[in-house]
Amino acid sequence: MKLILHIWRQKNAASAGKMVRYELDKVNEHMSFLEMLDVLNEELTVKGEDPVCFEHDCREGICGCCGFMINGLPHGGFKNTTVCQLHMRHFKDGDELWLEPWRATAFPVLQDLLVDRSAFDRIIAAGGYISVNTGSAPDGNAIPIEKKHADMAMDAAACIGCGACVAACPNASASLFTAAKINHLALLPQGEPERRRRALAMVAQMQHEIFGSCTNIGECEAVCPKGIKLETIARMNRDYMSAAVTYREETTSAGAG
Amino acid sequence: MKLDARIPEGPLEKKWDQARFDMKLVNPANKRKYNIIVVGTGLAGGAAAASLGELGYNCKVFCFQDTPRRAHSIAAQGGINAAKNYQNDGDSVFRLFYDTVKGGDFRAREANVYRLAQVSVNIIDQCVAQGVPFAREYGGVLANRSFGGAQVSRTFYARGQTGQQLLLGCYQALERQVQTGRVKMYSRHEMLDLVVVDGRARGIITRDLVTGAIEAHTADAVVLATGGYGNVFFLSTNAKGCNATAIWRAYKKGAGFANPCYTQIHPTCIPVSGDYQSKLTLMSESLRNDGRIWVPKKKGDSRGPAEIPEDERDYYLERMYPSFGNLSPRDIASRAAKRVCDEGRGVGHTGLGVYLDFADSIRRLGRHTIEERYGNLFEIYERITGEDPYSVPMRIFPAVHYTMGGLWVDYNLMSTIPGLFVLGEANFSDHGANRLGASALMQGLADGYFVIPYTMGNYLAQVKAGDGVSTDHPEFQAARKEIDERTQRLLSIKGKRSVDSLHRELGKVMWEDCGMGRNRKGLEAALAKIPPLREEFWKNVNVTGESMEMNQALEKAGRVADFLELGELLCRDALEREESCGGHFREEYQTGEGEALRDDEKFCHAAVWEHQGDDKPPVRHIEPLHFEYVHLAQRSYK
Repeated sequence: MKLILHIWRQKNAASAGKMVRYELDKVNEHMSFLEMLDVLNEELTVKGEDPVCFEHDCREGICGCCGFMINGLPHGGFKNTTVCQLHMRHFKDGDELWLEPWRATAFPVLQDLLVDRSAFDRIIAAGGYISVNTGSAPDGNAIPIEKKHADMAMDAAACIGCGACVAACPNASASLFTAAKINHLALLPQGEPERRRRALAMVAQMQHEIFGSCTNIGECEAVCPKGIKLETIARMNRDYMSAAVTYREETTSAGAG
Repeated sequence: MKLDARIPEGPLEKKWDQARFDMKLVNPANKRKYNIIVVGTGLAGGAAAASLGELGYNCKVFCFQDTPRRAHSIAAQGGINAAKNYQNDGDSVFRLFYDTVKGGDFRAREANVYRLAQVSVNIIDQCVAQGVPFAREYGGVLANRSFGGAQVSRTFYARGQTGQQLLLGCYQALERQVQTGRVKMYSRHEMLDLVVVDGRARGIITRDLVTGAIEAHTADAVVLATGGYGNVFFLSTNAKGCNATAIWRAYKKGAGFANPCYTQIHPTCIPVSGDYQSKLTLMSESLRNDGRIWVPKKKGDSRGPAEIPEDERDYYLERMYPSFGNLSPRDIASRAAKRVCDEGRGVGHTGLGVYLDFADSIRRLGRHTIEERYGNLFEIYERITGEDPYSVPMRIFPAVHYTMGGLWVDYNLMSTIPGLFVLGEANFSDHGANRLGASALMQGLADGYFVIPYTMGNYLAQVKAGDGVSTDHPEFQAARKEIDERTQRLLSIKGKRSVDSLHRELGKVMWEDCGMGRNRKGLEAALAKIPPLREEFWKNVNVTGESMEMNQALEKAGRVADFLELGELLCRDALEREESCGGHFREEYQTGEGEALRDDEKFCHAAVWEHQGDDKPPVRHIEPLHFEYVHLAQRSYK
């Protein structure tokens, strides 16, 4: 099958980018989308041109590296599918595709289709963990957890941090990403002691990174390759509100620690 | 090269306790004076960096991905073993130890494996405390499943995403240390060389993958946790970025490389579909709990699977290994698949595939149960192949998955270079010649959470912090210069071939001559083919772009240049090891029934290679292996 590709080419963060048109005629329906780009890059390299830069690693839909817009939709807009798992059988001969990087202030483009998502790391560093040093854990079965809660925590923990939710959101909000981690930990008894300060710290960091606010549009849920639910944002907001109204400065006096 | 394994004295079950007591300690106030470099942020590196940060050391942590959470540990699907015996089914630390030594075909160090089995129970506790959402029973307790090579249920799991959840636990602990300032994270930085000063590992040279800047970093000790070298085969289940550059550079600086020929071919991967194939996707071994593997009895049977009646199917694993059946170890299941395909009974358009069929389990347990256990794996399969495994059996075929070989380490996980520690898949220590399923996650976390925090302290207590070495030291200057020159050389060739095309060619040689079955003739042929291919690379590769910018072609070129050297060492090791054991199957050495035939007389040792310079062949040393607690026997899974 033959494809016409319009791909965003941008040398680095400081330079301007533009769409460049390519024609590719050796596309096979069993190829993955990234393998199709490999074929394009092989052609470009042999011609001595710079190949298209895109982020990818596991190519199994779990590492969260890959992702760009295909015709305006993150990962191409197929249900529960990252772009590395998208196969060319979903396209037809003569299709014209526009590939662009995630667009968000908090995700500057570094080259072509590849962006800087380090803001996500800083949101996790702000509080997306349970503070337990190695070696100080009780027996694994000491804390029974209702299966339903363990399953719900797992549903939220499935987030791969790809950034599709931000790219899809008209406000470029990172609420679905942040809420996924807050939900994962808040649904487990181990996460309870830090539940409120975690919500405050992570939401504050998200705002600090200049992600937009959530206005309940739901584009994020529609494109999330791991099926993270919009309701996770509701739980995040509930935790945040409750933490905000009950917040007190820490009162440890000197010598108490 | 001196190989002192430093195995503690005393009975097996007391060795680790004794070693910990004998270790020197660094006082809490002095810990912050020491700098440690950790390269790689998978389960081993991430766990090590988080734990060392918690102890109060200063850590600089490096990964080539955009964030530490992407390391390839994330792709592990099935689970993690631990000798908890929560199922009351006869498990114990000794049994996990025994299964692992036997599974590794008696080519691992007993003391290391026993320690691994001991700390396995702590790993589960630690991960639960971190919030890893392991599967639970209705009563709220942890669930288990079975894995290959074991007759007990000791595998803990989080759906088909166990690696992801364990890695995120690690990553969160690491980010917590980043927040405290004890860990400084360098994402998108690739280690290009190790710097050794006065015989001790004192730092690394890195390339900032965004700006292209070459940078030097000093430390009192260096930890490599950079994974395996399966991508030397080009097609493997490894991520595209997985590479051997860090361990290969360390080897060239004097670290011994042990058992490079021990590579694991995983029996259940999605078959190759065409020559554009960029990687292979694993289907978790856990599927073999409920899936039955079969091929038609008749050669060249072109009927669809549904049209082949029950009595014309050969459930060959159940037939050949009745007591382990579909849960036979990976090396055995892979070779059996190769054998039936070689006989012309393979399925799919290439003839290189066997069925993994869930029809019986769906009838017995209902679709819902199967969906709950493996739903995401079935989805992956359907997405890639376009076929629905609930109604049509999966087609699977073996693929390169893991490398048991790696840098040689002593009991303290230190390489032959003092101050250079090697963790996880990057070292050679625990799996012998074959790794059992769900043991890689266990080893990575054992090394990172529960071994290195002790052994690192013992090493640092014996050296002075800083010790007057800065990046101005001539060794650092020389290493930087060498990397600069190599980079310029790669960029100036401007030949006709892409890096990928040369990598593919290397992979083809490796798979055909040094894959599932190996023999002298093939290995000698491979050793004759690789040097000209390397020459072709350095004469005719086209690395586009420039050095001082983000340049993915340059990144790949450096990695493939190293694979072109490592591939040769792998074949050389395979040629020298004139026996079959675990994943290393030499066709000349097999039993009448086609099973691996070890030669304990001549080869009951780890082979450790020492680099002698680019123009001289490496020297092979040996570390003899002693088995005091496990009886050396022909492995049997019948």
